[in-house]
Amino acid sequence: MNLKYMYSLLAVIVLFLLAYLGVEAAGLELLFGIVIPYVAVVAFIAGVVYRVMGWARSAVPFPIPSTCGQQKSLPWIKPNKFDNPFTPGAVVVRMILEVCCFRSLFRNTRNSIQEGSKLAFQLEIWLWLGALAFHYAFLTVIVRHLRLFTEPVPAMIKMVETVDSFFRLEVLSDVVRIGVPGIYISGLVLLAAVTFLFIRRIVIPHVKYISLPADFFPLFLIFGIAFTGILMRYFSKVNIRAAKELALGLVSFHPTIPQGIGPVFYVHLFFVCILLAYFPFSKLMHMGGVFLSPTRNLPCNTRAVRHVNPWNYPVEVHTYEEYEEEFREKMIEAGLPVEKE
Amino acid sequence: MSDKKIFLMKDKNIFLIKDKKYIIAGLVFFIALFTFPFWYNSGKAAPGPELKLTDKAKEAKECVMPTAYMRAEHMQLLDIWRQSVVRNSDNIYVNPSGKAFTMSLSNTCLDCHSNKAEFCDKCHDYASVRPYCFDCHIDKPKEIK
Repeated sequence: MNLKYMYSLLAVIVLFLLAYLGVEAAGLELLFGIVIPYVAVVAFIAGVVYRVMGWARSAVPFPIPSTCGQQKSLPWIKPNKFDNPFTPGAVVVRMILEVCCFRSLFRNTRNSIQEGSKLAFQLEIWLWLGALAFHYAFLTVIVRHLRLFTEPVPAMIKMVETVDSFFRLEVLSDVVRIGVPGIYISGLVLLAAVTFLFIRRIVIPHVKYISLPADFFPLFLIFGIAFTGILMRYFSKVNIRAAKELALGLVSFHPTIPQGIGPVFYVHLFFVCILLAYFPFSKLMHMGGVFLSPTRNLPCNTRAVRHVNPWNYPVEVHTYEEYEEEFREKMIEAGLPVEKE
Repeated sequence: MSDKKIFLMKDKNIFLIKDKKYIIAGLVFFIALFTFPFWYNSGKAAPGPELKLTDKAKEAKECVMPTAYMRAEHMQLLDIWRQSVVRNSDNIYVNPSGKAFTMSLSNTCLDCHSNKAEFCDKCHDYASVRPYCFDCHIDKPKEIK
């Protein structure tokens, strides 16, 4: 038992009960289906703009790019172009690798003493793999959800959906009957990856030690989103036509509450709204932050280009020439040497 | 001294013009991407499709199972039917009220719902579902003896 994740779990359970009972017992479809989604979207956009502009306003007094390879120096020394980018073009490549492949996470190593006194570095690949699976599965899930927000559905989104349900997984026994509608791989990968990221935080002692409720809360929330989504698609079967009517109503500013969607849908929607509204003010904002990290987005050309601190105070200097100009006569009187007579 | 303070405060709020351009461009791009559904539909509401039942379907009043069940589970039922016919060569389905049906998409389902374009396709298109049933089972079922 650990209070840090118990608080987060409790928070998500309370949110679940709020939405479930709010719709099922209190009949607050209007609140959970229309008001909260709009508030969440506005909070998300305003929050992202606020956070990014805050970072943009922050001065960068020093060039602090992290150097992960040989810097460009003498002509016969081979520089590591993308791990130690010298030009803006190389920085762009580094950023693309960082954003799309999580390159710095791949570099994660664990060291240990082996055979008595040898220090060994081992590639610690599981976090990188889990993170890749998580982020790309989430991206796929978001893209294919656009089928519920667009009419007609763009061919591109249909294609993503087709690829996602490429594997025909079918289990038809007396107990479990899944297979139709087609199984989306992304949903299962998302659920598995978020579970892995959670287990990692409670199993590895030093990761557990630094984990805070703010680390667990998004994991539980995303688990809840994926879980309710999978529940609705394969088990409790939400009315997809009504769900799309609600979604399209929201995005076309003609909001409606269709009949008979069921409380699980509202729980799913509420979780997503909480995630959206929470996003800009949490660690999840690394989505925007990764682009604005000075350790990533500055070129490592410190030996060639001088970085001027933008808020350097203009220091008033009194040069020797000015000094001599001021005191020349007195200096000559006292017999001190002067440069100009 | 106070001069220096004001100078620092004011100056911390300026950022390099060159970076500002990129940051704002990125922000605008992201917001445009995020609000894609809002401008893609350009404010047009698209209510769900109206289904047309054939006379034969209207006459029958109820499908093999109640409407609510069929609406949610028809794909599951068809999958179970297929399993039953293809694997177990059992092609008679008896519903809870004791009525027997031949398990056949072409000869049972599409017999009543012969208007695929105005019945099946309406919702499938709306929800962007492409069932692979109709890869083989074509619109107007032809009796294959």
